[in-house]
Amino acid sequence: MGTRKGAFILTSDGKREKWDISGPHFAGWEIWHVKGSPIDPQRLYVSQCSGWFGQMIQRSNDGGKTFEPVGNKFVYDGVPGTHQWYDGTPHPWEFKRVWHLEPSLTELDTVYAGVEDAAMFKSTDGGMNWNELSGLRGHGTGSQWAPGAGGMGLHTILIDPTNPKRMYIAISAAGAFRTDDAGVTWKPINKGLNSLHIPDPVAEVGHCVHRLALHKSKPERVFMQKHWDVLRTDNAGELWTDIGGNLPTDFGFVIDVHAHEPETVYVIPIKSDSEHYPLDGKLRVYRSKSGGNEWEALTKGLPQSDCYVNILREAMAVDSMESCGVYFGTTGGQVYASPDSGDTWNAIVRDLPAVLSVEVQTLP
Amino acid sequence: MIRVVLPAHLRTIARVGDEVLVTVEGPVTVGAVLDAVESLYPALRGTIRDQVSFERRPFVRFFACEEDFSMEGMGVVLPGKVASGEEPLLVVGAIAGG
Repeated sequence: MGTRKGAFILTSDGKREKWDISGPHFAGWEIWHVKGSPIDPQRLYVSQCSGWFGQMIQRSNDGGKTFEPVGNKFVYDGVPGTHQWYDGTPHPWEFKRVWHLEPSLTELDTVYAGVEDAAMFKSTDGGMNWNELSGLRGHGTGSQWAPGAGGMGLHTILIDPTNPKRMYIAISAAGAFRTDDAGVTWKPINKGLNSLHIPDPVAEVGHCVHRLALHKSKPERVFMQKHWDVLRTDNAGELWTDIGGNLPTDFGFVIDVHAHEPETVYVIPIKSDSEHYPLDGKLRVYRSKSGGNEWEALTKGLPQSDCYVNILREAMAVDSMESCGVYFGTTGGQVYASPDSGDTWNAIVRDLPAVLSVEVQTLP
Repeated sequence: MIRVVLPAHLRTIARVGDEVLVTVEGPVTVGAVLDAVESLYPALRGTIRDQVSFERRPFVRFFACEEDFSMEGMGVVLPGKVASGEEPLLVVGAIAGG
């Protein structure tokens, strides 16, 4: 887990009832993301940030027992150019931090980084050196991208498990993009999105996409939590359809898919973009077993009064145990876990710093 | 030897104690001292100054002999007492934030 004041590693056995906590690692630093390699679970990458001392990337080769700093030089390819500022004026691209680290599914030493100001970088030497995949910013619409309230960050990186050359990424606030050639060229995939808060609600880019998720068995089907609206594409982003259905509010940040049921999706509705807490002070996860539209509230074990935390976009994950575990962290420092696909929940830790990200490794 | 005192978070990154000792060939400027520090402790690259422009990070300051050397660029020559090791160069993180 990444938090505002360090990283924590929570460990449990298959029952997922008792949890051991280690940390804080990198105490006092903002830890935006921690993620392990699917090839070697001992290999972890950490995005460690500070307003004072900038960006560090840490790597572990022993499952988080020890870490070593690796490369932190993120330089945009060529002349960085400009994107839109909040008032619509041109603003130069400036590197601020790494929001997301995505290890390759096939190459141990290959890892991708999504950064603010939005761009994607790739390392092929375990994070020692980083090069921008500049076809993303350079494909033509970059000058129209603008920051969301939290900055202009590239957060989601999804690699197609059946075709490593295909990746989906999302940027707040530009939208979703897809590459079919391992990041050389990119196309916006925002048809079907309708964002009433931007000048052209159906523009090619400019949408504040908060998170994407997919199931490995159906990688052409992608789920999206947009600023407002929950959507799904069945054709790799060529067209999105609203699946908000009976959600009490379709604003939110997280979205994830059940490990074994590709139609089962989870979101956590948040009241609005000006309040950023659960509706009516009730923390409710909503689950759809039909790929969206029909949603059920999951509340057992979650606070149902006076709860005013937020759940940030990187702060939900699932494990791959036979009974799928679902996890999310809050800005109030709780991490809730469900060992039974969301039917029941427990706070497995409380009173940590605000949780920025949650990832899960299921070890043999 | 030139003495450099780093902020606590950077000591952790570099895995060093209260002070680090470096040697500098030629004029003892802020930039030359930082070159030496970063050469000994590569993990500190980018944490005190930008890795490309070498500009000081906004919330980092340089003090020595009760003087502020933050605003004069990397080429500013430090006092003789720093060059001789009598006084340290202090790299300070701003008191700000929560």
